[in-house]
Amino acid sequence: MDLRRKVAAAWAFLFGDSARAFGTLSLVLVACLAVVPAKDHFREWSRYQTRYLRLIRQRGDAATLQRRFQPGLQQTWLPELGVVDRCTTCHVAMKETSLADVSTQPFRPHPAIPHSLNEFGCVMCHRGQGAATTVEEAHSSTKAWEQPVLPARYFEASCGQCHQNSLTGTPQLNLGRKLLARYGCVSCHALRTAGAARMMPTNEPPPLTHVARKTTREWIYAWLKNPQAYSVSATMPDFKLSDADARDISAFLIDQSTPYQQPDASKSSSAAADAQEGASVYGESFCASCHAVQNAAGLMVGGDVGPELTRIGSKVKPEWLGTWLREPKLYAPHTAMPRYRFSEKQLGLLAGFLEAKTDSDLLANVHLDAATKEQIAHGKALVNERGCASCHELNGIKKPDNFAPDLSVAGSRSLAKIVFAPGVPHTLPDYLAAKIRQPSAFGSALKMPQYNLTPVQVDALVTGLLAQTERAEAIPAVLRVAGTPVLKYDPAGKAGKLMQDMQCFSCHAINGRGGDMAPDLTWEGSAVQRAWLLTFLKNPNTLRPALIRRMPRFNLTDAEAQTLTDYILTAYQTPAFDADSLDSASFTAEDRERGRQLFYSKYACQSCHIVDAQNDKGYVGPTLTEIGAKGTPAWTFHYLKNPQLLRPGNIEPNQSMSDADARALTAFLMAQKKAPAQEAAKK
Amino acid sequence: MTRWHLTAVLSVLGLATNCGPKGAGPKGPEAKAYGAALVEVSGGKQVAAIGTTLDQPLVVQVNDAQGGAVAGAAVSFRAGGGATVIPPEGLTGNDGQLTVSVALGGVAGRYQVTAITRDKAGKTIEWRTEEIALGYQQNLGRQLNDRYCSRCHDPESTAERVSNHDNLNAKPHAFTDGAFLNNVSDADLTSIITHGGAALNKSPEMPPYGGTLGKADIEALMAYIRAVADPPYRLKGLVYASN
Repeated sequence: MDLRRKVAAAWAFLFGDSARAFGTLSLVLVACLAVVPAKDHFREWSRYQTRYLRLIRQRGDAATLQRRFQPGLQQTWLPELGVVDRCTTCHVAMKETSLADVSTQPFRPHPAIPHSLNEFGCVMCHRGQGAATTVEEAHSSTKAWEQPVLPARYFEASCGQCHQNSLTGTPQLNLGRKLLARYGCVSCHALRTAGAARMMPTNEPPPLTHVARKTTREWIYAWLKNPQAYSVSATMPDFKLSDADARDISAFLIDQSTPYQQPDASKSSSAAADAQEGASVYGESFCASCHAVQNAAGLMVGGDVGPELTRIGSKVKPEWLGTWLREPKLYAPHTAMPRYRFSEKQLGLLAGFLEAKTDSDLLANVHLDAATKEQIAHGKALVNERGCASCHELNGIKKPDNFAPDLSVAGSRSLAKIVFAPGVPHTLPDYLAAKIRQPSAFGSALKMPQYNLTPVQVDALVTGLLAQTERAEAIPAVLRVAGTPVLKYDPAGKAGKLMQDMQCFSCHAINGRGGDMAPDLTWEGSAVQRAWLLTFLKNPNTLRPALIRRMPRFNLTDAEAQTLTDYILTAYQTPAFDADSLDSASFTAEDRERGRQLFYSKYACQSCHIVDAQNDKGYVGPTLTEIGAKGTPAWTFHYLKNPQLLRPGNIEPNQSMSDADARALTAFLMAQKKAPAQEAAKK
Repeated sequence: MTRWHLTAVLSVLGLATNCGPKGAGPKGPEAKAYGAALVEVSGGKQVAAIGTTLDQPLVVQVNDAQGGAVAGAAVSFRAGGGATVIPPEGLTGNDGQLTVSVALGGVAGRYQVTAITRDKAGKTIEWRTEEIALGYQQNLGRQLNDRYCSRCHDPESTAERVSNHDNLNAKPHAFTDGAFLNNVSDADLTSIITHGGAALNKSPEMPPYGGTLGKADIEALMAYIRAVADPPYRLKGLVYASN
């Protein structure tokens, strides 16, 4: 009753007569019309803009900042890149470097980067929803918009969308891409960067076609069960095989193995070999430049080109080792291992030294009965199922195509299509990291094996994968910076065969092919003197005292060294200058003295190089006590003028030397050699 | 009116009591022992790219008044500015140490990490360190430093690189030497890098890098040098007059 009366009174008050009704409706209309401007006034971004104006009012350059401030919704539109960004509506001070000390977001200026913000916008690098106008929608993933902002630790992934080469500023991305190739990810997964060929693996997994000659079934079993127990640095992942599965696979691998032509291995008595002498052959041959051995403190000593040798004696059969050291290509035609031309004595010593590197615990608990037919058949089925042939060459099993999902656009995978493991945050980077860290968490049926990676490596791999986006595919080709092409350079003839034999390309690059462990030899023919090269090839001495990895001695014959020297001096000449344009005979004693003064005072070369072994101490660059016998005058002159022209990437600073200075220094350096009489006396 | 007020007061009280235990209550593991001092074992003052996890873990040790290690003491960590410590709290092991990893925030700068433990009387003991996060430009500078500068400017040798520092007559300043480098202006630093030490009447053993490094490279290198300075480098701002 009471309520009804009140309603009736209110009705009469509002709509009692036509004037009242008109007034009320007008008020309602005005209120309705006010909704839009009011909503606009209370927008999140306009609050930030008001706060920004309040912030800059206190500053010394308030007038300038205020003049540059643009109110309202801001937008960057780059149709060719597919970029629509409204980020600068709130992030108003992106270009105000004078606000560098401001720490509150969204008012920090953008830190220095090599690109213009106008040309690339924000979402190219940061991802997120550029078109959104609220904090929540722009930064986080919502139902409709699932691309969140990229966490800072993976920023370098964005550089990788355009840059397929390795940039100095993106160490994490470079590492990630290297690991994708080195850990064999791309053996199972196809991965193409936009506009480029498929990424090729660089790990060179050994062929298993003759594996029974190399090792025992027991070792294979132990290795399959836990590769890292044999070698801490092994790149082979753990397939989490049951005892029975490992037994059957090992049975199959031994069964499929065929003999290969081993030369008559009249092995020298390695058992009696002196361990000390063996160690010195290992040292002299600089095996450690490529192979590592774990020392007593657990540290790895040596390179990572070849496999770790800490427990090699527990793995390989002595007769195989002898053949391998003699002729590596007989067993593995594509190996990076050079043929050393060891003498029988050296072979015996080295083999003995390596065979002594055993670990009695490794195979202590492995007892396998003779394999049955069923086990072998089951082993073969498992090998097929696990995709072993994706990496290893096997008899009777073809390399499977597209064994695992294509990763070419792994960085754009839709969250809706991902099945997350429990406990993994619902973002793409977290998913990728969790999957790489522990694939089995995503279901036991998953074929991906367990890798043994450090957190830094996992981050790098995720960065590498996040660079593979759909956006990268759609980017205009002009923006793409191609990676360094791997050139198929193959020197021909006798010298070419020798270079294949010694695997020069494992360490040296020539004409765009090869490793970066040792100097690029593309122009070596212009650089060195014939006599020096001949001696060096026969007996490489140390050029840089501070280096750990060095050129091994390949025990070349005189004729082989001659062939190689002739080839290098003829084929590897630079077109940049004439090798005979400068003659040592034209230098006077005055030139040399002036060069000496320049060397020690103006250019202070002694801070990195040693000319006088008694007094100079610098050991960043090579020792120059014998440079007069090594380098050609023309090369030395041009190298001094511009070190990077002849050896790209060289760290010797370009000192913009005048011709006169460079000539005087060349004169001084060319005099740095032992007097011939002295050398003769020494012999 | 009064009824409305009462409801409001009650709801505020309710919120307060609801939040109370969550905010102030003890979290993390219960301490089994108490120490008297917190010391760093390793992991302070590291340098890494923004957002990344530091290479080395942070290890702290709880000691008693005599300097002996205390096992089972509760240590909690606080990190500012978006840096995270994993795990944020824990008990010290038998050696009195607790190892945690630190992930830096997304903005370049220094991140303070504070470790806190309590002594028997319940008094808090704090220990603080700084970790440095490098932005793109500073990280680029770091790469250039590793390639060109550290051979002489870093007096410490590593397994892969023997330091040339002691072979030089004029000993180069380590880039962390803020006491000296913070007083060298940007212009002077640029000159030395570009034109060599001789340009500023310093040792010619510092060669000119202007022909090898570009302008952007040198700027990156300077940004790195400023970022790792200890004590920290501060922008001088405008100086109108000085006495």
